Amino acid sequence: MTMDFLRPATWAEALEAKAERPGAVPVQGGTDVMVELNFDVRRPDALLDLNRVAALGEWSAEEDGRLRVGAGVTYARLIAELGDRLPGLAQAARTVGSPQIRNRGTVGGNLGAASPAGDGHPPLLAAGAEIEVESAARGVRMIPAEEFYLGVKRSALEPDELIRAFWTRPAGGPQYFSKVGTRNAMVIAVCSFALALHPAERRAGTGIGSAAPTPRRAVAAEEFLAAELDWDTGRLDPGLPRRFGELAAGAASPIDDVRGTAAYRRHAVAVLARRTLTWAWHDLWAAGPHEGPHDGPRGRVRRPGGPVAPGDPGDPEKPRREAG
Amino acid sequence: MRVSLTVNGRHRTADDVWEGESLLYVLRERLGLPGSKNACEQGECGSCTVYLDGLPVCACLVAAGQAESREVRTVEGLAGDGRLDPVQEAFTECGAVQCGFCTPGLVVQAHDLLNRTPRPTDAQIREALAGNLCRCTGYEKILDAVRLAATRKAATP
Repeated sequence: MTMDFLRPATWAEALEAKAERPGAVPVQGGTDVMVELNFDVRRPDALLDLNRVAALGEWSAEEDGRLRVGAGVTYARLIAELGDRLPGLAQAARTVGSPQIRNRGTVGGNLGAASPAGDGHPPLLAAGAEIEVESAARGVRMIPAEEFYLGVKRSALEPDELIRAFWTRPAGGPQYFSKVGTRNAMVIAVCSFALALHPAERRAGTGIGSAAPTPRRAVAAEEFLAAELDWDTGRLDPGLPRRFGELAAGAASPIDDVRGTAAYRRHAVAVLARRTLTWAWHDLWAAGPHEGPHDGPRGRVRRPGGPVAPGDPGDPEKPRREAG
Repeated sequence: MRVSLTVNGRHRTADDVWEGESLLYVLRERLGLPGSKNACEQGECGSCTVYLDGLPVCACLVAAGQAESREVRTVEGLAGDGRLDPVQEAFTECGAVQCGFCTPGLVVQAHDLLNRTPRPTDAQIREALAGNLCRCTGYEKILDAVRLAATRKAATP
């Protein structure tokens, strides 16, 4: 079967090509699309190579304080160039594939594929990111991450639209991503969980991966944290992380499949939620008593994203954390 | 379609390339460079690792058309001046090669590691090679080879 290989050189050309050929499959790093081609599970009538669109590989700090990260920025570059500002996403990026995969794969591709198991999604949800999409006919649309995922491998992207970038605020507090899999490299998540503390707003964001038809927030769990966390003294009631985990698990609607059972996934989401909260809260208050969130996100809150200290012997959660 | 690229420093052109074809297929079947191995075709095994514009990637996941006008370096391009690269020498000396199928990918990936991190820790070696599967050696000899190559390269001015 014939297939066309479209190679626009600019973003405008890419949008035109997608408008003319809505069936064309965009390909960035190829780490999903090429597998489908190699295994004959997909034969699109055209491939739309986005590697030549240089603008997609750029990121910038915007006037509103957010970062705009082009859809073609690879996981390797995200870790190297934005790991300090987007620690949750960088942690997720470190769990993607292998070095070779991270040299090619992109968050844009993760969004395009919209797999419920994509590692990039939970941190985007937890951070409250927005996805910038564009079509030649209707221009730019900003889609909140939580409205982007519609079903298994289905997103809010229209057939004539392409993903331009994602927008997110640099971390204002500790962020964590944790993932269950059979080994460290080359693993599709059995389930995953992302947490972002937003001390300035006295709330937390969450994202659940691979435990529902789409990546999703654990809204009741977030509301529980906003109501119950003691932002004034940092005291953490021992039962609070456990209850948070239960509420997070309650937001999941997993299935049994080859990677794990629904019951296991629900259990694991609770554990990941509990642990990530414990780590993040510990990080937030590690510098000792402070004025709390009134200091603002850049106040005495420890700068997130640096190397995490190895297990604190006093904290039973710490030593079990996997590297990366 | 026609694809023109630079491979191991030489300008090469492949004709009649199918639009959905991988860079790996072009290298092996059209350009006579069978060093990069075709195994999993899904990025899991690392046997097809090549440099694309200086970054190691799985050639099976690069669409041939994406390599147009770009620079590729394969395992065949590592040796120079009639001499193996120190990584290749170390692999042969340490018994890091058994059936040999994974070797080209591991050699390219280890070559990249030592370029970026001349004296890697064991953890860094393991992380760098995490995407390269070997079913024969149990990896210990491979780790030995990377350590030996690092030592030798560090000793060479």
